[in-house]
Amino acid sequence: MNKPSFFDEMNGADGAVRSHYQTYRRWLSETPDERIARKRAEADIAFRRVGITFAVYGEEAGTERLIPFDIIPRVIPADEWKALKAGLKQRVKALNLFLHDIYHDQEILKAGRIPREQVEGNAQFRPIMRGVDVPAGIYAHIAGVDLVRAGAGEFYVLEDNLRVPSGVSYMLEDRKMMMRLFPELFSKHKVAPVEHYPDLLLETLRASAPNGVSDPTVVVLTPGAYNSAYFEHTFLAQQMGVELVEGRDLFVDNDTVYMRTTQGPQRVDVIYRRIDDDFIDPQVFRADSMLGVPGILQAYRAGKVTLANAVGTGVADDKSIYPYVPEMVRFYLGEEPILNNVPTYMCRKPEDLAYTLAHLPELVVKEVHGAGGYGMLVGPASTQAEIEDFRRRLIASPEKYIAQPTLALSTCPTFVESGVAPRHIDLRPFVLSGKEVTMVPGGLTRVALQEGSLVVNSSQGGGTKDTWVLE
Amino acid sequence: MLSRTADHLYWMARYIERAENLARLLDVTYQMSLVPQSPEAANQNWNAIIVLNSLEEPFAKAYGEPSAENVLRFMVRDESNFSSIYSCLRAARENAHAVRGTLTTEMWETINAAWIDLRAQSFEQIMAGGITEFFEWVKLRSALTRGVTFGTLLQDEAAHFIRMGGLLERADNTARILDVKYHFLQPNGEGEEGGVTDFYQWGALLRSLSAFEVYRKVYRDVITPARVAELLILRMDMPRSLHHCLDKVNHLLGLVGNRQSSETLRRAGLLHSRLHYGRIDDVLEDGLHEYLTEFMDDIYDLGNRISQDFLVPA
Repeated sequence: MNKPSFFDEMNGADGAVRSHYQTYRRWLSETPDERIARKRAEADIAFRRVGITFAVYGEEAGTERLIPFDIIPRVIPADEWKALKAGLKQRVKALNLFLHDIYHDQEILKAGRIPREQVEGNAQFRPIMRGVDVPAGIYAHIAGVDLVRAGAGEFYVLEDNLRVPSGVSYMLEDRKMMMRLFPELFSKHKVAPVEHYPDLLLETLRASAPNGVSDPTVVVLTPGAYNSAYFEHTFLAQQMGVELVEGRDLFVDNDTVYMRTTQGPQRVDVIYRRIDDDFIDPQVFRADSMLGVPGILQAYRAGKVTLANAVGTGVADDKSIYPYVPEMVRFYLGEEPILNNVPTYMCRKPEDLAYTLAHLPELVVKEVHGAGGYGMLVGPASTQAEIEDFRRRLIASPEKYIAQPTLALSTCPTFVESGVAPRHIDLRPFVLSGKEVTMVPGGLTRVALQEGSLVVNSSQGGGTKDTWVLE
Repeated sequence: MLSRTADHLYWMARYIERAENLARLLDVTYQMSLVPQSPEAANQNWNAIIVLNSLEEPFAKAYGEPSAENVLRFMVRDESNFSSIYSCLRAARENAHAVRGTLTTEMWETINAAWIDLRAQSFEQIMAGGITEFFEWVKLRSALTRGVTFGTLLQDEAAHFIRMGGLLERADNTARILDVKYHFLQPNGEGEEGGVTDFYQWGALLRSLSAFEVYRKVYRDVITPARVAELLILRMDMPRSLHHCLDKVNHLLGLVGNRQSSETLRRAGLLHSRLHYGRIDDVLEDGLHEYLTEFMDDIYDLGNRISQDFLVPA
């Protein structure tokens, strides 16, 4: 296997520190090791005390783990961010137009730009949304677009998360922690602020209220205290100053949604829901769901309440639709896509399957409906037995898989047991669509702490870094 | 605020107060058992705690005959007993966890730390450290929680429901302690009222309710059962008295009242006025036990009505 060359965010190929990292690098080499060690311990204690944890599925119920935090920030120069931002706006706009289209006139299918069965045969396509008008035509109010930087320094979109993307609370807490630990760094750098994210989010949600509601009541709907992202739900509700509700706190009467309060029923207009489609209404989707609200879909379709994100967004971030996103940008906006898509082999196509089977050791194979880094094969990092296992699965049901070349994810220096070493990272900016498309500069940087690992998901042992966009 | 949130806060406060009062009750029983008495009388005293909590059946199943050691084990650290101090602090922590976003950081940390400390100790370790010290610890954690709550929490509905839960629980517990101990201590004709034994027994009861110094200050006289009853039932400025608790509950209900709560307010007002205008001679003449039983029924009813009106509306 030939060793791929990685792009390092701090150090250039010639070994020289990149210009936007020079001030930081100097500071790091001038700061005594003991101080760094003390600060790292301080961060650990503070995160534990505040309880910034996430629950891990598959471990003992209620197991809470700390997401490792690395004190070396990921720095993005201003011009690079400017280009990314334009690309993200363009992409999310196109995705929202696509969602509106497929639930209404289906122009893109009629034009033959995407095979009809790819959309209508998709499990995430919700026929119940056909002909339903949502406020301002916005479906994905909150999008978490995963970006990676490959060998030559170019960015790729890895995934568009349009259902209930999480992680924004870590972005905010990481910044708070860095400012607390190393205030002097912020006087040496002009770091673009991110702390106003909850305000932007609230503004986005308020702007999405049903027609005619001028002062909407907004709530955050959580599956409950045992959900892996419960901390984030609590955090966002608190930061926005809105109620955090569970399904049992809401009821529907005459197509209107109310919450049960100590002062009697109170009408709810906008629901930032952190529950999947499948669980939101036992009358429509899974009947065994204890998390949802019976009748809420009826109220939603009647236009009496806004759900953010809308029902049925999953069809647009599905891995089988992903290859068509550049086509959406061209079709709806008449523009060339700014952000790159990763070349994708759709194993349902015989020629793509043949290619995939022939090149398994160098490809990444993913389940079309998988998420969270579960159920994927990273060819170069896998054993022969694992590859053969995937080969059998691919042959058995090729339509369930896509394959992509293994990207040489960029690295960033990171504190590990042996000192500072390069580790692979990605970036998840959070794109908000309300009256306009907005975002705070940067996003959440996730880092794969295992040497050589390309999987950054927190459920797979990933950590996070503060992300600096320099002004 | 959300009914469910109010419900969690209310029960969080009730469970903390319950743990504290249980520690007080066990403590007074323990103190009294140090005064010379027959083994039968001593065991009867411990058994009264089981009866008081209606736990005869589960207790008999697990432990058989009551004794100081096994009643303490059952009521302090038994995880299967939902009325034990252990279970109360666990329930308080679970309720707090469910509404963490509503609590201040200090409140959450105080409640969570108490639970973590208790969970780490076996019954043997607790006994080795001294049971009296343990009861002091429980009381102190409860006081700490109360302190950070009122020192840090915005005084809005959340605070009102927390206070209401604590006060209702306290009123119920004061009535229970008084009922069971008064019954046991009632002068049986032997010896004279105000004698030495009385002094220790009543003194222990008063101390368990932090009322010993208060008694001295208020009455400046020997301890008599009638005055003890008066202090704990009718005395408005005594923080653990029934009158005090109901006065505050009444006030808080007025602050949170909604469209359907008028009947609840009326009943609370009635209960309060009986305490406000009552006289101890009349109470004793009608029978203290009867009086306290009726009071506990009324408190129970009030708790149910608060739940229906505010916390778990249909």
